[in-house]
Amino acid sequence: MAHVMVATRKGLFEVRKRARGWEVASAAFLGDNVTLTLHDHRDGTSYAALNHGHFGIKLHRRDKGGEWAEIASPTYPAKPEGLDDRDGWGKPVKWATQLIWALEAGGADEPGVLWAGTMPGGLFRSRNRGESWELIRPLWDMPERNLWLGGGADLPGIHSICVDPRDSMTVRVGISCGGVWTTHDGGATWQQNAHGMRFDQGPPEQAENPQTQDVHMMAQCAGKPDRFWVQHHCGIYKSTDNARSWQEVKARPSSFGFGVVVHPKDPDTAWFVPGIKDEKRIPVDGALVVTRTRDGGKTFQILRKGLPQKHAYDIVFRHALALDKTGNRLAMGSTTGNVWLSENQGDSWKLVSGTLPPVHAVRWV
Amino acid sequence: MARVHFTTNLRRHVDCPSVDADGSTLREVLARVFENQQRLGFYVLDEQGGLRKHMMVLIDGQRIKDRDRLSDPVGPDSEVYVMQALSGG
Repeated sequence: MAHVMVATRKGLFEVRKRARGWEVASAAFLGDNVTLTLHDHRDGTSYAALNHGHFGIKLHRRDKGGEWAEIASPTYPAKPEGLDDRDGWGKPVKWATQLIWALEAGGADEPGVLWAGTMPGGLFRSRNRGESWELIRPLWDMPERNLWLGGGADLPGIHSICVDPRDSMTVRVGISCGGVWTTHDGGATWQQNAHGMRFDQGPPEQAENPQTQDVHMMAQCAGKPDRFWVQHHCGIYKSTDNARSWQEVKARPSSFGFGVVVHPKDPDTAWFVPGIKDEKRIPVDGALVVTRTRDGGKTFQILRKGLPQKHAYDIVFRHALALDKTGNRLAMGSTTGNVWLSENQGDSWKLVSGTLPPVHAVRWV
Repeated sequence: MARVHFTTNLRRHVDCPSVDADGSTLREVLARVFENQQRLGFYVLDEQGGLRKHMMVLIDGQRIKDRDRLSDPVGPDSEVYVMQALSGG
């Protein structure tokens, strides 16, 4: 039976369906900041990214049926002597992992391959289930990388990794703030693919510069892989042509948010969690809702049944909205420590727990 | 040989008893300690070899000055404390 992993500020929790309904069934890493988790459906392995603050970024792995154990975490090579490496704000870039912000399994034809996106912007690949990692130098060494900048965070970072189901050598990454970059050769060469997006809070002549677009999250339709959705800082975008171009879509009550998920078979169906942009970042009118489109963004339904509608200030971070493989069940966790689950595509929600620590990420296992 | 002690908070994650180590700078002393304990080293230093942001080292009661290159001198009888700043919530 599928279950949900919930990565929080104070531990990793697993939510399972019992006779009485969905409930928190177990906990790991209690007290530690678990920033992200991944379940690799190819081999049943689970991964947990930890940020110990004082002691740095660590990665743990749980083999199928086994216990959690620390493995290698992505680390940067020595910074060349005398290199003046700066981000888009002009601040010096420290070559050290500050956060594992994306963690994805490679394609079905490359068992053991994992991808990790980090702050300050490095993309890493492991070919051996996290025993070792390599920095993808061609992306890191591009001069355009020095245009990337932090959005809400201090540093630029890779938060979305879409391995193309048609070809594992094609990988697209979303960067805040650095647009969308695509490789078709497993990371050797890269091209910018954020054309059509618009950042409306800077100098007008820079608004359509793809290099600095603040992509919050990018999702690819597994069954129709030329179809993509992006939750952007300034709105919602969709692409119907393999991310070559993007079209803006308007949603109510707001087009601002962090996460997006797309139905595995129907590319016109996608879900978002809107909030007031952007210095406030709280639900509109203190009512938490999920928005869903079934027609490619022409219209949106506002889904609120089972969600708090008064004085709710929950924010759902970009990795904290998840859809299962059937496309019917959604799980969602908030900064207020609430976890909800829907088994009918978001039509109604049930509270699983209202007392968890702030939620960074949820994943279906 | 200098004596190196670690914050007890580290023990929750990795074994780190106090140890003796040779060296004339903090960099040399810690390199000796971490030679056989790479995992411990990566909890204290980042991948560029600098002290992690919220870590602190005292040599004979004095806070070190060079957090990046760890060039502070260490005497043959020095007491080195690898500490952590207190933060979080």
